[in-house]
Amino acid sequence: MNGMNRRQFFKVSAAMLSGSSMAALGLAPQTALAEVRQYKLARMTETRNTCPYCSVGCGILMYGLGDGAKNAKATIVHIEGDADHPVNRGTLCPKGASLIDFIHSPNRLKQPQYRAPGSDKWQTISWDEALDRIAALMKADRDANFVEKTAEGKTVNRWLTTGMLAASASSNETAYLTHKIVRSLGMLAFDNQARV
Amino acid sequence: MTNHWVDIKNADIILIMGGNAAEAHPCGFKWVTEAKAHRGAKLIVVDPRFTRSASVADVYAPIRTGTDIVFLGGVIRHLLEKDQIQHEYVRNYTDLSFIVREDFSFEDGLFSGYNPEKRRYDKSSWDYERGEDGYVKTDPTLQHPRCVYQLMKQHYARYTPEMVERVCGTPQAKFLQICEMLASTAPANRVATILYALGWAQHSIGAQIIRTAAMMQLLLGNIGMPGGGINALRGHSNIQGLTDLGLMSNLLPGYLTLPNEAEQDLPQYLAARTLKPLRPNQMSYWQNYPKFFVSLMKAWWGKAATAENNWAYDYLPKLDKLYDLLQVVELMAQGKMNGYICQGFNVLAAAPNKAKVLEGLAKLKYLVVMDPLATETSEFWRNAGESNPVDPSKIQTEVFRLPTTCFAEEDGSLVNSGRWLQWHWKGAEPPGEARSDIEIMAELFLRIRERYRREGGTFPAPILDLWWPYANEANPTPEELAKEYSGKALVDLPDPKDPARIVRRAGEQLAGFAELRDDGSTACGCWIFSGSWGPTGNLMARRDNSDPTGIGQTLGWSWAWPANRRILYNRASADLQGRPFDPQRKLIYWNGKAWAGADVPDYKADEPPDTGMGPFIMNPEGVARFFARAGMAEGPFPEHYEPFETPLGYNPLHPKTPAATSNPAARVFARDLADMGKVEEFPHVATTYRLTEHFHYWTKNVRLNAIVQPEQFVEIGEALAKELGIANGERVKVSSKRGYIKAVALVTKRIRPLTIEGKTVHHVGIPIHWGFVGIAKPGFLANALTPSVGDGNIQTPEFKSFLVKVEKA
Repeated sequence: MNGMNRRQFFKVSAAMLSGSSMAALGLAPQTALAEVRQYKLARMTETRNTCPYCSVGCGILMYGLGDGAKNAKATIVHIEGDADHPVNRGTLCPKGASLIDFIHSPNRLKQPQYRAPGSDKWQTISWDEALDRIAALMKADRDANFVEKTAEGKTVNRWLTTGMLAASASSNETAYLTHKIVRSLGMLAFDNQARV
Repeated sequence: MTNHWVDIKNADIILIMGGNAAEAHPCGFKWVTEAKAHRGAKLIVVDPRFTRSASVADVYAPIRTGTDIVFLGGVIRHLLEKDQIQHEYVRNYTDLSFIVREDFSFEDGLFSGYNPEKRRYDKSSWDYERGEDGYVKTDPTLQHPRCVYQLMKQHYARYTPEMVERVCGTPQAKFLQICEMLASTAPANRVATILYALGWAQHSIGAQIIRTAAMMQLLLGNIGMPGGGINALRGHSNIQGLTDLGLMSNLLPGYLTLPNEAEQDLPQYLAARTLKPLRPNQMSYWQNYPKFFVSLMKAWWGKAATAENNWAYDYLPKLDKLYDLLQVVELMAQGKMNGYICQGFNVLAAAPNKAKVLEGLAKLKYLVVMDPLATETSEFWRNAGESNPVDPSKIQTEVFRLPTTCFAEEDGSLVNSGRWLQWHWKGAEPPGEARSDIEIMAELFLRIRERYRREGGTFPAPILDLWWPYANEANPTPEELAKEYSGKALVDLPDPKDPARIVRRAGEQLAGFAELRDDGSTACGCWIFSGSWGPTGNLMARRDNSDPTGIGQTLGWSWAWPANRRILYNRASADLQGRPFDPQRKLIYWNGKAWAGADVPDYKADEPPDTGMGPFIMNPEGVARFFARAGMAEGPFPEHYEPFETPLGYNPLHPKTPAATSNPAARVFARDLADMGKVEEFPHVATTYRLTEHFHYWTKNVRLNAIVQPEQFVEIGEALAKELGIANGERVKVSSKRGYIKAVALVTKRIRPLTIEGKTVHHVGIPIHWGFVGIAKPGFLANALTPSVGDGNIQTPEFKSFLVKVEKA
């Protein structure tokens, strides 16, 4: 019983002895000791993902608490390399190995915010307010500055006074939809991180 | 990458230059280690700094930043002079025998057709000579004085080992040792690979540096081979995907291009891009351009794109010039932009010349930032003391900051540098009220569309007609969007050979781009991704890691574009009889009826090997080009030009031609040119880079990374430190013409002074990563220093070569 105090011994014994005929044989304590060390990730949900940093595209396994029940909010508590992945074979670099702290960074944004002209602070606003106001600003700018034809009469249908930069870590699906929307507005001042 | 990460294990020689894989791509670098340990591969590293990649290299050579064309041009000269090239490969698979027009010339550092006022070339002479049959004339003996082989040999004759030493500072003996190692891969059964990153791209001649490297690989017959290729490591998890999907000023998805304003009608637009073969019996795959384009227009505008309205051609904006990031910052600084949206892009830190970007953002009416993290861009108006000395009350920009999900909180796919589209799954809910970028973009679009429906406005048709078939309009699912870019049949598709047979039912997903049509019967948002979500489901989510041939081709793992092909140009790995050049590294081969093997053939599947069809099927020549024709801004052969901030003040190759000092075809705005420093005032050569422990400006918000690498520093060599009286750990001020940073000095043996044109040149290393937002110790944005000039072709800023002055803070 090395390494176990009296209290742990009783806890282990109680858990294991109930419903076990092993107790009658007098073998309980040693067996119980082996059983108590459960794999700490066993009761978690494992989700496969890809490291969002450089472009090696290492496979990662994310371990989350929460079993999918309605009132259980999933939260990631551990991330490690995916040993099945052909490129990284379970390894991660110092950045990938710290991903858990990216998810839970104190600098994650949680609410839409607004900074008024001339102000030195943020104020929280609702999604509705933010999106309505942005849509109004974009439409007003587009309506005022959209170029349908050049001076020589060429049809060009472009909008140059509002621009956009797209994320280099967003998914293909985000990127595809973003591109579709941006071109429908006639925007040309459009780029992504690949340029720099 | 032409190849992929695991394939590096098949190389005999590995050249890391313009990158530092051991520190910037550590888990990919293990395949270099694998090649060294199990194949006996030799690693060469060429870099101004003795990096961690260099520390495990068999040979390390120092080089002055920005002089890579001289080094690589010197290798090309060596290979041609010694005739150490893969003869069978270059004779049959490249344009060496093609004859160039008589009026093409190169004199005093400038090619024919230069207009110094416009800083642009008339490229009409940069072309092949045509025969009466319309095809390009060739001389298979390679003796014609104007064949590409002779012209190239003449062009690089000036790139002698002496010149390499004078310009690059690389000792001749070291350079020649590297030449010999690379030349050892000229035999058909030896292969070299190249790993590069922004150390090549971020120069005013970046694209031409990369082109020189590709030419070297072609001479050695290393393109298309397992263990070969030219491999861009790429710096962000989906920078490849964003580029593939065309999120750039002038692109459409799948490397289709937006029309120029001169292209007023669709037939004219298509004709310029539907490339006809330049030699007999060539595939010239861009002949299918109309199929890709019409299918894209159907994916975007659905029923509103019809044959009658030229598939909604007028809905696309037409370009008068490129509106890249540098151009847009210039317009902002001139007060000509009103709004800007930054989706996961920290532009205040990522664009060159921070002061100019700051000025531009402050002139906007509105700025929208979508990001999972707080960024400097979203807080550009905040006074952060010396590192962001602004007065918020004077900045009238309205700023919106919208919280988004991060990778762990969404489903979707990313494209890695090996072109693998890998699907990932959501594991948690986002914090607070954060939403996905998809939902934000969709909500924004619906609100704009609603306003146009209600109020009308300017040219509303493309907005009102945008095809929006999503079950929940306000939040399309990643699955719906992936299926849309992969493509589907819009009606029952009859077999062209047997119209009674239907190959795809209406609504069915397509198996690949070969099924696309130009009559409006197919919709596909990105032709090169076609088949990623095929009739059998989502191939990007596949997880079979078996490698039956043992050469690292896991064809059942995820899905690679195009067509699940893992090594581009793989037809060139086999000879004219269809036998692999190296029987030990068999990739694809002709089995008598079809191409078979460990990869998806990059060729017509049933074309016998000896019909003369070239392996470079995207090129109208059918072969690879040494002579770029009009494809590049600076000229058909890469030539060295100095960085815009040069420590010499002249180009040693053309000391008497000021026009040829720096890239004569680079676009430079007057204000930016005035902002360039001179060596007299800023005597040290600076270069920027990443550290292993940090990722760009993100991880200063991440606790563990902020702990392991907490404070901003710059690296200077011992000699410079001694000259300036700076001790290791002291604070220094580093200034350029545009601004300054203050940081801790790390005095190191890893940066040595170089002797260039007889004078001593010191490099200063500037890791990026710090700023005035984050949980690491606050610092200065490194782009306070960097110059605003881009590469002549793609406008990637010159972050890797500029001039600074180092002094005690």
